[in-house]
Amino acid sequence: MTEPPRSAVKPAPAIELIGISKRFGPVQANKDVALKVAAGSIHGIVGENGAGKSTLMSILYGFYEADSGEIRVSGTARKIRAPGEAIAAGIGMVHQHFMLVETLSVVENVVLGAEGGAWLKGGLARARAELARLSQEYGLVIDPDAIVGDLSVGLQQRVEILKALYRGADILILDEPTAVLTPPEANQLFCLLRALKAQGKTVILITHKLREIMNVTDRVSVMRRGEMVAHVKTAETSPATLAEAMVGRRVLLRVEKAPRQPGPAVLEIAGLSYVDGRDCETLKDVSLTLHAGEIVGIAGVAGNGQSELLEALAGLIQPSRGVIRFNGQILNAAERNPARLRKLGLMHIPEDRQKAGLVTAFSAAENAILGYHDDPAFGPGPFLSHAAIEAHARAAFAAYDVRPPDPALKTAKFSGGNQQKIVLAREIERAPKVLLVGQPTRGVDIGAIEFIHRRLIALRDAGVAILLVSVELEEVMALSDRILAMCGGRITGERAAETADERDLGLLMAGVSEAA
Amino acid sequence: MSAAPIDLPRWANAGLVPLVSVAAALLVAGLVVIGIGESPLEATTLLLRGALGSAEGVSFTLYYTTNFIFTGLAVAVAFHAGLFNIGGEGQATIAGIFVALACLWLAPLPGILLVPLAILAAAAGGALYGFIPGWLQATRGSHVVITTIMFNFIAATLSVYLLVEVIGKPGSMQAETPEFARHAILTPMHELLAPLGLKLPATPLNSAFLLALAALVAVWALIYRSRLGYAIRTVGANPRAAAYAGISPARIIMVAMAISGALAGGLAVNEVMGVQHRLLLDFTAGYGFVGIAVALMGRGHPVGVGLAALLFGVLYQGGAELSFDKPSITRDMVVVIGGVIILFAGALDGLFRRVVASGLRFGSAR
Repeated sequence: MTEPPRSAVKPAPAIELIGISKRFGPVQANKDVALKVAAGSIHGIVGENGAGKSTLMSILYGFYEADSGEIRVSGTARKIRAPGEAIAAGIGMVHQHFMLVETLSVVENVVLGAEGGAWLKGGLARARAELARLSQEYGLVIDPDAIVGDLSVGLQQRVEILKALYRGADILILDEPTAVLTPPEANQLFCLLRALKAQGKTVILITHKLREIMNVTDRVSVMRRGEMVAHVKTAETSPATLAEAMVGRRVLLRVEKAPRQPGPAVLEIAGLSYVDGRDCETLKDVSLTLHAGEIVGIAGVAGNGQSELLEALAGLIQPSRGVIRFNGQILNAAERNPARLRKLGLMHIPEDRQKAGLVTAFSAAENAILGYHDDPAFGPGPFLSHAAIEAHARAAFAAYDVRPPDPALKTAKFSGGNQQKIVLAREIERAPKVLLVGQPTRGVDIGAIEFIHRRLIALRDAGVAILLVSVELEEVMALSDRILAMCGGRITGERAAETADERDLGLLMAGVSEAA
Repeated sequence: MSAAPIDLPRWANAGLVPLVSVAAALLVAGLVVIGIGESPLEATTLLLRGALGSAEGVSFTLYYTTNFIFTGLAVAVAFHAGLFNIGGEGQATIAGIFVALACLWLAPLPGILLVPLAILAAAAGGALYGFIPGWLQATRGSHVVITTIMFNFIAATLSVYLLVEVIGKPGSMQAETPEFARHAILTPMHELLAPLGLKLPATPLNSAFLLALAALVAVWALIYRSRLGYAIRTVGANPRAAAYAGISPARIIMVAMAISGALAGGLAVNEVMGVQHRLLLDFTAGYGFVGIAVALMGRGHPVGVGLAALLFGVLYQGGAELSFDKPSITRDMVVVIGGVIILFAGALDGLFRRVVASGLRFGSAR
C-alpha cells in the first residue's frame, strides 16, 4: 500500500552511482561521484588523464571496490565485488586492450568462461545459434569460425562486444573503443552502438575524443580531478564547452605554429629495408632526410612499416639493408644500439609506452631515469642515490605537470596521459638532436594532448629534428612540416603540410601511387 | 582476468601476509601433531625451547640460518632478473669442490691469505656454475629452470667422481677429502667470542655467519642501490623496456645467474670451511632447495630473506631437538611441518593476500 504504483514513477536509471569514493594511497581517484545513466541511452564520460574515469568504471565492473558509496543497477542496490558479479548484474565491458585468445576461433572466444558444462560441444552449438541471432539483430556480421588472431582490430573489437552480449549484458561499457580503430572502423562501431541503443541496450562510452561524444552520445558527464563537474545533454553543448569543463580553463583545440626554419640535414636514411622473423619484408627501400628544426610526419594505417622504421632508427632492430647517417657520419651496426644512440642525441618516445617505454612495476622516479641510469648525476660510481633520483623526478614532474607529482608512486597507478608525460619529460629534457616520436597522444586526452603538442612544436622551434609516427591523421597534419605516407613498408609519397589534404593523403596511405 | 591484482600496503605485503601464512601452516602442523596423539602446545614449546632456549640451541639455529641466508639470497637475486634458479644445490656443490681444492693446494699460504682466497674460490666456482645455464638461456634460449636442475645432477655426479677417484682421502672408506690444515678453516664462533669474555658452547656456528650477514647488506645495496641492480630489476620486470633503455637482457641474465651462483657458494663456505673442514659427499643436504622457499617467503628482499632464514633455522634446530625428546615425532614429521610452511608461504601466497586485503578493508571501514 505504501509503494507508489509502478506507472507513476519514471523508469529507474540503468545505472545509478551514489557518492562513490575511492582512494589509492595519497591519491583520491574518485571523490563522492554521482552518476545516472538512463536506460536505453548512450552516455559519454569524458575527462582529462587521471580524472578518474577508468577508476569509476573499474569500480562499476568489480575490478576495484569503492571505499564508500552505492551502486544501483536498474533501481536495485548491488554489491559488485568481482567482474563475475558485474556480469551477473547485466554489465559488460569492452576493454581498451582486448581480452581475447588470439589462437582460438570467434565462437570459442565467445563461450570462453561461459562454456555451460564440461563438454564443449553443446556450448559451442548454443553459442553458434546465439551468435547468428545476435548478428542478425544488430547487424554484427562475423564469421564464427575465423581465428581471432587473423581478424582486423575492428573485428576483434566486435568479438569483444559479442562476448559481452552473449553473457546477457544490457549495459555495455566501452573504454576508449576507438583508440585502435581506423576512421571507417570507428564509424562502423558508432552505427553498431546506435543499433544496440535502438534495441534497448544502455551504452557507457569513455573517450577523450570530443568529436565522438558529439556524434554518438545522448548525454555527457564530465569528470575533473576525481569529481563529476558537469552532466549535460549532448544536444545542448559544444566541444569547446566540454573541453573547458574538463580542463577547468579555456583550451586551444588547434595547434598554432610559426613557419619552419629548417637547418642542416641531421638524419639521412637511404635504402633502408628490414626482414622480420617471419621472413616478411616490412620495410622496403625507405629513404628520407630529416633536417634540424622540422617535424616530418609519417601518415599510414597501423602496421604498414612505421613501427619498424622507428625501431630500426632507435637501434632496437637491425635493418637488413640500407644506410643511416647521423650528422653526415654513417652509423655502423655497433653504434646502432639504443644506449649509444642516446649518447649521440637520438632520443625515442616509443609507440607502446607501457610495454616498451616504462617498467610499470617501478616507481615513477625510477622510470624517469630509464635509459639514463648510467648518468653520473644519479649517484656515485656503481651506486644510485635515491635522493638524487627523487629530486630529479620531482623537478621533471613539476615541469611537465605530471599528476600526481609523487615520485614514489608506482608507475602503473598513473593514468595513460601522465605515464606518457613521464616518458616525454625523460626524453625531451636530455636536449635531443633527433627525436623519434611514436603515437605521442594515443589514449591521452585533451588537456594533455595540447600540452604534448605544444612541447613538440617548441622543440622543433629550438632546432630539434623530429620524426613523428601517428595513426591519427589529424595529428600528423596538425604537427608536421612535411608528411610522408607509408603503405606496405614503402614510402608512397610526400606532401608539404600546407598543401596536403586528407583525401589525397588517404589515397597515398592506401598505396595508390602518385599520378606522375 | 579472473581477479584484479590485489594491492596491499607495503607493511601488509611484507609483514602481515607471511605472518598469516606461517600461522596457518603452524595450525595445520598442529593438527598433524594431534593426529599422532601428541599435544601441539607441548611440541611447540619443545621446538622453541630447543631452538632458542639455550646458548647452544641459539648457536645451532644460527648455523642453519647461515646456510639458508646464502641459498635464499641466491634464489632472490635471480628472481629480480626474472629467473628461477633452482640450481643452488649444484652451484654449492661445485663451490665446495673449489673450496676444497683451494684449501688443499694453497695450504702453504698463511691463513690471512688462504681464507679469503678460498672464499673467493667458492664464489668463483658457484658463479661459474650459475653462469653456464645463464649463458645457455641468453644465447640458446634454454630455460634455466630445466638447465639448473639438470646441472644439479651433473654437479653431484662430478663430485662423486672427484671424491672417489681424484681428491679422495687415501685409504678412507668414506668419500671425503683429507682434513684441511688448521689455518685453512673458519674460526668457530665460540673461539671468536672467547676473547670478549663470552663463553659459548662448541657448536658448528662459525664466522661464516658474519659473512652471511654481510651478504644480506651487500645484496640489498646491489639490488636497490646500484646501477647494476637497477638493470637487473628492469630486465626482470620488463625485458622489452630494458632493450629500449639500452640494457642488454642477455648480458644481465648471465651476470645475475653468476651472482646467484656465487651466493649459493656461501653454503660451501659455511659447511666445508666452517663445519666439516673437508669436502664430504652431499654436504648440500637440500639447503639449496629450501633456499627457494626462503626467497619466496622473504619476498626476494634481503630483510625478508634474513627473517625467513631465521625461521627455517629455528625449525631445523628445534625440530631436531623435538624428535630427540619425543620419539613419536620423528625427523620426518619435522620435514612435513617444514613442507607445510613452504606450501603455505610459497605456493598458497595468493590465498592469504585476499584474506588480508578484505581484513584490512573491514578494519578501515570501521
